[in-house]
Amino acid sequence: MMKRSVIDITDLSREEIDGLMRTADDIIENPGKYAHICAGKKLATLFFEPSTRTRMSFEAAMYELGGAVLSMTDAATSSASKGESVSDTAKVISCYADIISMRHPKEGAALVAANAASIPVINAGDGGHCHPTQTLADLLTIKREKGRLGSLTVGLCGDLKFGRTVHSLIQALSRYEDIRIVLISPDELRLPDYVYNDVIVKNKMKCTQTSDLLWALPMLDVLYMTRVQKERFFNEEDYLRLKDSYILTPEKLSHAKPDTAVLHPLPRVNEISVAIDDDPRACYFKQVKYGKYMRMALILKLLQESGAVKEDV
Amino acid sequence: MNIDSIKNGVVIDHITAGRGMTLYRLLDLDGVDVPVAIITNAQSEKKGKKDIIKIDADIPVDLDVIGYVDPGATVNIIKDGAVSEKKKMKLPQTLKNVLKCKNPRCITMTEQELPQIFKLTDADHRTYRCIYCETKANI
Repeated sequence: MMKRSVIDITDLSREEIDGLMRTADDIIENPGKYAHICAGKKLATLFFEPSTRTRMSFEAAMYELGGAVLSMTDAATSSASKGESVSDTAKVISCYADIISMRHPKEGAALVAANAASIPVINAGDGGHCHPTQTLADLLTIKREKGRLGSLTVGLCGDLKFGRTVHSLIQALSRYEDIRIVLISPDELRLPDYVYNDVIVKNKMKCTQTSDLLWALPMLDVLYMTRVQKERFFNEEDYLRLKDSYILTPEKLSHAKPDTAVLHPLPRVNEISVAIDDDPRACYFKQVKYGKYMRMALILKLLQESGAVKEDV
Repeated sequence: MNIDSIKNGVVIDHITAGRGMTLYRLLDLDGVDVPVAIITNAQSEKKGKKDIIKIDADIPVDLDVIGYVDPGATVNIIKDGAVSEKKKMKLPQTLKNVLKCKNPRCITMTEQELPQIFKLTDADHRTYRCIYCETKANI
C-alpha cells in the first residue's frame, strides 16, 4: 500500500485515466454500489482561495462515496493567516483526514503539500499551473458525448495563454490517437511556446492556429471555450481590451456541426451566450456533473491505493 | 598572460568564453577566503577562446553547477603540483539551491525556506524547469 498524490494530469497514465473513466461510468450506472464504500473516511478540502464549485464538487463526491468532509474554506481565518507554511498545514491535516484536496493561489503549492503529507493529496488548482481533476471532467465529457476519445477535431478557444485547463487538456489528449487540435485565440493570448513545443510538436499532434472562430467552427467535433480570467492579468487595461474577444452566440454556433459538443470549464462570464444553454450541443453543465463522478473515481482510487479503503467494490 | 601554477587546488578549464564570471558567481567563489583567479578570453586550440578558473586551495566545487553552466568544461584536481584527477562534465538531472525561481506566482516566492529545485526537462535545449511551477530557468 502506498500513498500517492495527483498534482498534474501527467501523474496519471493513459491506462489509469481510462480506468477512472470506467469507474465513473460504473458509478453513473450503479450509484448504490458506491454509496458507502468510503464510510468512515474523511476528505479534507483545503481551499486557500475561493472556489465554490470545485470545493463543492469534491465534497459532493466524498458524500456520495459515503465518506465525510472536513472543510477549510477561508484562508483568512485559518492558520495560514498566522504564517503557517503549506508543509506544516499538510502535516497537521494528515493527522485528521484520509485524503486532501487542495486549492492554493501559488503555483507548486500542491506539490509542497504532497511532499509533506502522509496521506494522498489531490491538486484542486494551484494558481495558473495545474488543475488535473478539471481535465478528468473534460475527458469524461468528451468520451460520453462523442462516444470516443480518439479521431476528433478539438477546438480550444479564448485564453490559451493563461488557461491552465487548456494546457492540461492538450497534454491529456496527446495520448490518444488521431486528435487534431485547433487553437483559436487573439495573438496576445496564444498558447505558450513551451506547451506548443513540449506537447504538440513533441507528440506530433496535428494542429492549426487561427484567430478566426467562425472559420474554425464548421470543422470541430468539440469546442472548448475558456474565460479570459481577470486574475491572470497584471494589467487591467489588457484584460478589458481582450475579455470580449470570443463570444459564442447562437448565430455563430449555427456554423458548427449538428453534433459539436460545446464545453467550458466554468464559470463563464459572457463568452457563451445564455441563449445557447438549451441547445443540445451545450455540454458545460453536464461537464460539471461528470467532474463530480471523476472526482469520486479518483478519491476512491487513491484511498484504495493508500490502503484506507478495500480494493473490492 | 601568466597566472602562477597552483600546488593543491582546482582548475576549471575549457569554459566557453564569457561564462567564467557566471560560473564564479554560481559557485559562490566570491564568498570563499582562498585565492581564486579568473582568466577570460584565454587562447584555446579547440574553441579559439576560453575562460579558466583557478582555485588555489583544495575546496569542494559543485560539479552540477559546472555541468549546468557549461557541460563542455573540464575540472582538474591538482595535488602536489600535478593533475591527480580530470573530470568531464555532463548536464545534471537536478539542480538544488543553485538557481532561484523568478516566477512571482511560484510557491517558493512566499515560502522561502523551500529548496529551490530545477529539473532537466529537455537535454537538447538544456532546458531546466522549476519543479514547483515549471517555469524555465534563466541564468
